[in-house]
Amino acid sequence: MEYFLELFFGGLTRGSIYALIALGYTMVYGIIELINFAHGEIYMIGAFTALIAASALAMLGMDGWSLLALSGVIAIIYSAAYGFTIEKIAYKPLRKAQRLSPLISAIGMSIFLQNYVLLAQTSDFLSFPALIDEFSFMENVTIIGSAELVIIITTAVATAILTLFIKFTRMGRAMRAVAQDKTMAMLLGVNVNRVISATFIIGSALAAVGGVLISSQIGQINFYIGFIAGIKAFTAAVLGGIGSIPGAVLGGLVLGWTESFATGYISSDYEDVFAFGLLVFILIFRPAGILGKASSEKV
Amino acid sequence: MDSEKRPMLPLIGSEIVKSTLTALWFMFLTFPIMVIKISPLDKTIHWRWMNLVYVGAGAFFLSFLWRYFMERKVQGARADEDGGWQKRAGQRISTDRRIYLPGLIALGAFVAIFPFLFSSYQTSIMITALMYVMLGLGLNIVVGLAGLLNLGYVAFYAVGAYFFALMNHHFGLGFWFALPMAGAIAAIFGILLGFPVLRLRGDYLAIVTLGFGEIIRLILENWNDFSFGPSGIAGISRPGIMGASLTLHQHTIYLYYIMIVMVVFTMIVVGRLRNSRIGRAWIALREDEVACQAMGIDKAKTKLMAFALGATWAGFVGCIFAAKTTFINPSSFTFMESAIILSIVVLGGMGSIMGVVVGAFILILLPEYLRAFSEYRMLVFGASMVLIMVFRPQGIIGGIRQHYTFQRKPAADAGEGGDAACA
Amino acid sequence: MQPVLDVKKLTMDFGGLRALEGIDLQVNRGEIVALIGPNGAGKTTFFNCITGIYEPSGGDMIINPPDKPAKRINKLKPNTVTESGLARTFQNIRLFQKMTVLENVMVARHCRTRSGILGAIFRGTKTCAEEQEMVDFSYRMLEKVGLEGYVNDLAQELPYGAQRRLEIARAMATEPFLLLLDEPAAGMNPRETRELDALITRIRDEENLSILLIEHDMKLVMSISQRIYVLDYGKMIARGTPAEVAADPNVVKAYLGETFDA
Repeated sequence: MEYFLELFFGGLTRGSIYALIALGYTMVYGIIELINFAHGEIYMIGAFTALIAASALAMLGMDGWSLLALSGVIAIIYSAAYGFTIEKIAYKPLRKAQRLSPLISAIGMSIFLQNYVLLAQTSDFLSFPALIDEFSFMENVTIIGSAELVIIITTAVATAILTLFIKFTRMGRAMRAVAQDKTMAMLLGVNVNRVISATFIIGSALAAVGGVLISSQIGQINFYIGFIAGIKAFTAAVLGGIGSIPGAVLGGLVLGWTESFATGYISSDYEDVFAFGLLVFILIFRPAGILGKASSEKV
Repeated sequence: MDSEKRPMLPLIGSEIVKSTLTALWFMFLTFPIMVIKISPLDKTIHWRWMNLVYVGAGAFFLSFLWRYFMERKVQGARADEDGGWQKRAGQRISTDRRIYLPGLIALGAFVAIFPFLFSSYQTSIMITALMYVMLGLGLNIVVGLAGLLNLGYVAFYAVGAYFFALMNHHFGLGFWFALPMAGAIAAIFGILLGFPVLRLRGDYLAIVTLGFGEIIRLILENWNDFSFGPSGIAGISRPGIMGASLTLHQHTIYLYYIMIVMVVFTMIVVGRLRNSRIGRAWIALREDEVACQAMGIDKAKTKLMAFALGATWAGFVGCIFAAKTTFINPSSFTFMESAIILSIVVLGGMGSIMGVVVGAFILILLPEYLRAFSEYRMLVFGASMVLIMVFRPQGIIGGIRQHYTFQRKPAADAGEGGDAACA
Repeated sequence: MQPVLDVKKLTMDFGGLRALEGIDLQVNRGEIVALIGPNGAGKTTFFNCITGIYEPSGGDMIINPPDKPAKRINKLKPNTVTESGLARTFQNIRLFQKMTVLENVMVARHCRTRSGILGAIFRGTKTCAEEQEMVDFSYRMLEKVGLEGYVNDLAQELPYGAQRRLEIARAMATEPFLLLLDEPAAGMNPRETRELDALITRIRDEENLSILLIEHDMKLVMSISQRIYVLDYGKMIARGTPAEVAADPNVVKAYLGETFDA
């Protein structure tokens, strides 16, 4: 039973991270129907920025929660800035292009960013400081660590804030309008460019949160972590129904548990195969996802 | 757009302001990653302030170029003057025998004596480049003609390579027997993979194929009993000529000629396919699926053919790759390999044969000969994929459509040379 | 004589929305029939049902090709429908933009030809003969619609009216016995519309086929069609000769009502 619970919370933690990244995929897809292939790289850049900021700040004598908070904020700002810039360079000029063009551009951007970090930093794994302190009240709990708890709670809070934002703010309404019908929203005076930028900024910020948290838990990062995490988060987004925010969270959790239980009970060699297998399976048999609705092309 | 009426000086001023802001933005953006470097051992920070200067200066000038090309692109879409003469020149070169025949003969002669002019090492690099030409042309069938973005192309390459390696290892199967079989096995894999993904929309298809590619690599890495895991398979035999024993140098030369024949064969096949009933169906499918079906084309069958044929070529090259290196392991078949092949197709021009050939030579040979550049190879690949999509989606050399002439020719079209349907 | 297209009680639901309800429609051999109705009445949905893009929720669609047995086409895929002898054009032009004008038409010969990959690679005499036949046939179709001067131009370079005519030539190249035209005159100027009027009639006579068209241009509809069906909110509200339909109070109401509401 305890092993089961361990796997359960392990899956929940992983799933939370996938969910945080998946939210960015799902929001961007909902609005411009693009698989933002470089989204995983945003997450990776968030983790790197946090690592650099934390190391620099630690040398200035900062520690504990304030160090986590400040380096987290810096990572969020930078990831958001990268997301914003990438959209302007690689996607905005291709809004009217053929459907595959932005995807190819996104793949190019992803490769570029990976190698940019590889060349400017290093190809080795860097050890990431454990920014999340152990809680004293968690001392006797074995099935879940403090870092895991922080990750799960942060995800829940971030998702809640995002949902409220989209439901109740002006920008949130504009986002939903653009997702429904870009042309109509434009005619009604919505600044579509600004909405798209905002979507990238928010999605990237969430990815940065995920990047900082998981790096702090796992303890090491390199330039390649974004690729696998990106594919898996995309799987989560599709699993839940791409375009749907609760779907992304649900998909993330389902994927997290699948991986956790499959590696725990079957074999740990094939960890990634389970995720990719799930991706292939869901795309082939239920491309609309768990919460999505099947849509047909207008003729 | 009203800027045309404004006086010149403020216009330049505003351009400089724009570029300065861009430069500042990029200096901010790249600051942590470009400037700060943490040395993990002694916990010190290495500040690389010069990088900030490079980024600033680079962004300042590139932003001028970016805006200039952007402006040109917008105007080009309106005027369409660009492309006109290039297309005509392309058509002339490809149809006028007096122009292309001498060039072809010179090129043929150079290609024929290449291994005797250059060292074994150079020949070996050329073989690699030719392998990528073949891979590019094969992927071009799937991506360029049929418009199916296959991000797991390397999986078929792996299938071909592992098929030959395993058959050779266990049964001592020779290269010449394995080559066609590797193509056939890869084609079967193409059909197996293609069958379930046919219904998917373009971008989903891309991701599923990526997933398949990764699954195959992970299986090769973990299923030790079958594939010998990460340590791979060594001692694969090289292609032989009727039992004659060749030196390594002779093997390289032999393989070079095999590759030349294969590449010429591939170019002819793809060229003929492109202007055939099937090829037109592929292009039509790429342009508009609904209309294509409404014209009586079976979508599933047509897509499967493209998938299978593309896979066949990857299988061929996989087999050749195994024979060339005599050692393979799963790390040769990562997603990056698929991405390189894709960028060859994208850079060269989707659907264009000459484009892919040129693209492969640029992307494979340039990093080999410009050693300083080789470190930045993937960086440049990525950037060029973005830039090509933004500024020149048809690639370096866009595809040229077949030109037809008719006896009952209308006056407007008179005077142009051309070829018949089946020349 | 049997009608070439016989649609009985055709119903189409999208989720809870009923787009078409109990539609009966016949097209007889050699007839030009028009389907009219206000925007959103379900005309294009009707076409999409017949051509296999949608599978109808209920009813029957039966075709009677001139020299083949009758066939129910409810569950056929779009390409099989075309192979059976129905061909269509699209309201929002759907040409293969990056292919030449001639190639656009040649694509439509696909279902009437056979050569495969091996034929393409080795180019045997049979493939070459077939290829030549495709070129000639396609060229003839282009002559019919007056586009023989544009054979080597890309479809996207054609002027708007010419693109519409290319769609017709492309559909004709599949050798249909029934041609379905979805708003062929949309966006054309009065002169082009007059030419189109003559073209449609000429095609019908020369190729010996039947035509069902959706059209908004009343002048065109009244002048070329033998019979007219009127669709409104997914229901057939009137049918008959042009004169009968023009005098039908239901039709007047549907159209005037639309004008006043809009």
